[in-house]
Amino acid sequence: MKIVQARQISQVFFFAMFVWFSIVSSLGEKLWQIRGWPVKWFLHLDPLAAIGTVLSTHTLYRPLLWALVTIVLTIVFGRFFCGWACPFGSVHHFVGYLGRHDKSAARKIQLNAYRKAQALKYIILAVLLGMAAFPSVAATLQVGLLDPIPLVTRSFDLLLVPLLDRSAGIASATERFYEGAWLVLAVFGTAVLLNLLIPRFYCRFICPLGALFAILGRFAFWRIGKRSGDCINCRACERSCEGGCEPAGRIRMSECVLCFNCLDDCGHEVIGYQRRKSATGEVTGPDVSRRGFVLSLAGGVFAAPSLRLASRLGGNRGHTIIRPPGALGEGEFLKRCVKCGKCMRICPTNVIQPGGIEGGLENIWTPVLNNRIGSSGCQLNCTACGQVCPTSAVRPITLDEKLGRGAFADDGPIRIGTAFLDKNRCLPWAMDKPCIVCEENCPVSPKAIYTQELFNMVRGGVVTVKELAGDSIVVEQNLPPGKFAGGDYYLAAAEHRSKIIDNTGSSVEIVTGGNLRANLVPGAIIAIQVRLQRPFVDIEKCIGCGVCEHECPVGGKKAIRVSAVGETRSPDRRLLLER
Amino acid sequence: MTEQTGNRLERRELLLRSVKAGVSIAAAGLVSAALYDSDGPGSGLDAESLVTFKDWAVTPEPGRTMSIVRGPDRRATVTKAIDLLGGIRRFVKQGQTVAIKPNVAFASPAMLGATANPELVAEVVKLCRDAGAKRVIVTDNPINEAASCFMLTGIRGAAELAGAKVVLPRQSHFRSTSLEGGRLIRSWPVYFEPFARADALIGIAPVKHHQRSGASMTMKNWYGLLGGPRNVFHQDINTIIAELSMMVKPSLVILDGTEVMMTNGPTGGSRADLRRADTMIASCDMVAADSFGCTLLGLKPADLPYLAAAARAGVGTTDYQSLKPASAVLS
Repeated sequence: MKIVQARQISQVFFFAMFVWFSIVSSLGEKLWQIRGWPVKWFLHLDPLAAIGTVLSTHTLYRPLLWALVTIVLTIVFGRFFCGWACPFGSVHHFVGYLGRHDKSAARKIQLNAYRKAQALKYIILAVLLGMAAFPSVAATLQVGLLDPIPLVTRSFDLLLVPLLDRSAGIASATERFYEGAWLVLAVFGTAVLLNLLIPRFYCRFICPLGALFAILGRFAFWRIGKRSGDCINCRACERSCEGGCEPAGRIRMSECVLCFNCLDDCGHEVIGYQRRKSATGEVTGPDVSRRGFVLSLAGGVFAAPSLRLASRLGGNRGHTIIRPPGALGEGEFLKRCVKCGKCMRICPTNVIQPGGIEGGLENIWTPVLNNRIGSSGCQLNCTACGQVCPTSAVRPITLDEKLGRGAFADDGPIRIGTAFLDKNRCLPWAMDKPCIVCEENCPVSPKAIYTQELFNMVRGGVVTVKELAGDSIVVEQNLPPGKFAGGDYYLAAAEHRSKIIDNTGSSVEIVTGGNLRANLVPGAIIAIQVRLQRPFVDIEKCIGCGVCEHECPVGGKKAIRVSAVGETRSPDRRLLLER
Repeated sequence: MTEQTGNRLERRELLLRSVKAGVSIAAAGLVSAALYDSDGPGSGLDAESLVTFKDWAVTPEPGRTMSIVRGPDRRATVTKAIDLLGGIRRFVKQGQTVAIKPNVAFASPAMLGATANPELVAEVVKLCRDAGAKRVIVTDNPINEAASCFMLTGIRGAAELAGAKVVLPRQSHFRSTSLEGGRLIRSWPVYFEPFARADALIGIAPVKHHQRSGASMTMKNWYGLLGGPRNVFHQDINTIIAELSMMVKPSLVILDGTEVMMTNGPTGGSRADLRRADTMIASCDMVAADSFGCTLLGLKPADLPYLAAAARAGVGTTDYQSLKPASAVLS
């Protein structure tokens, strides 16, 4: 077997595994559901997530130790991950191949030429790491914007799987909706289509992870290069060069993704994988000056506090930015979230959504709850999101911790926000219509929504008794037939009140018994009332789950809405005097 | 000579172009004629094809309309309760397809009693299978996310183990219906498809407190069949429950009062919300079953306007004692 075939098998294997992990990231016990599948493994293998969080938090979260495997292998072998394992790289590889395979050899060589702009990725890496390394609370982890592993993860999890599964409906608990999916598509689609312009465009120019591998791999034990000077300079080796690293001349080590196409294409067996440097010399490090790199790093360090000038962690906090249960305080959260979208994928109710630009740059693609999307707010007995978070930006909490039971009884439940009633939209408050769907669905015990009974006169509800016939009261006015049947309407006079059973255009039938009937005489003026149960929110009980908001029948802008106030994750967002 | 050739070529070119242009014009004309719409779009509210649920009710047998069995073990009490109505074979025949509609509204564990008890559902499935049912499906259109509801309540596991197929609702399962004489159920989407092929329908519901309607029992259980923005019906909860009981005519309903949710319903959330009443009701008359069931909550049938409304519509009787319910006590 040729080495390029081994590489192809490896790429197909890792890509298939990645897609499989995307498909199975759905709640359930079936073979094609989450069970015990290690769906965050690729994210743990990602050294950019590991180094980024190390810089921002000064700790290495346990499962990210996997990244050490990638780092060690890269130090020994070079950028093998890009050419052999990266699922995003494999997509680019394949699309790039489609784009160039029918072109002439000369054109291919031209497409694969090294370009000075390939140094851009080192700048990007430096800026992103600089932001993470800002030496104070303002450190912010933004590597996830362009890190290929989170990028391809959210592209599959939030875009491709939901789209392809639309008719089958087997890969998700519910039909999936993701706000701002267009932005995920725009980034993914652009990255993929750019391969038709220049193969592996993203890998060569943009990829900060590739840049990191290039730096890590500069001491690689084995490297691609010419075995001897016996080269006729046919440049066949550059026809299919994935990295654009110019193996025919002085090979650029930092750009080589170890695709081994040059080795395969060289008809003269000049190219080898060897410990020696190339016979025609090599450029080992990235094509960016130390000064340039340091300046970019410094740029990132300055960018971090500039993001905070918006005061989004202070008084200008986004009240709609409700984080999943178990999320760290906002500052710590932003040091860890890599924007992979796994929590949004696994969420059985689909309530966790990718954040948009409205919350600032830092908010993009971070998990935000939108109770108007999905099946039913944040489900009380569910802790799925934290279990799939690769960096513990959303901690893997237990149900006991979420609900404040057992060992957590003293801490109380985790609150992700507080529900606020909009009395100008609420049916019983604003329209005198019975409703209280919010109260019915409030899942905590005792309920955080309680009601107070009230009898209000209906519009045009003053009527005059004409005559009395048993339990039927004939009135002088015209009534809409049947309007007051249904058990929510009452006839009242002075301190007496009786429930209406039915009404015709001219008479009202009330329940048998009661004091009202006995006290009525023709000519008496009585009122038709509606019995209302008006809802109130008990902020000591409300956990912000949003089921009330989801179920509220007042569409569009709901009459009860959850705000990110009173969150237990950040003490400075406290609302209650006592826990 | 050259000129002549040029002319000829030009002429051929002209002819060819004319033909192509002609075909293009004809195609444009044909497409326009084929798609021509003289009236423009309507309101979009035109009558769609409506469906109606079957009538699954069994032939009445005096003294075998309702049964009340006391005892702590749901498997034993439900078997006995159905026996007292003439046995499961009265409702389920060899080779039939049975649909069971438990209350699976919430994604909460069985011990909290907010949903139908999984053991009870499993026992009814088993009875149907033993009676020779070819296929038993268990389904609901819950409030919380459906897959989680069936999983967390334990109903999926228990029902599948007993030989049923659990069906989760999908958009394609919904059809519009209108209730004859109904005021609220007019061209409204209902969860229909899984029930279309059923030969028998059994409803299973726990007895629960419900702030808006007073109590959630077998009649309220059919709320799960409503699709669309069904929460608007809370504005007239009694009428919608009464209309649902007119729309669905089940073979049998089972009302589980083994543990009754006394407060904080219909979601519950704490064992403290439950009270042991050790009562199981099987009934061919939903109104009668619920009229008795509400007494377990300390209510009278007159406290629940939907019972009287359904009785007036001829669904059943609130005077359950007139049915002389068969009863038994199991230890």
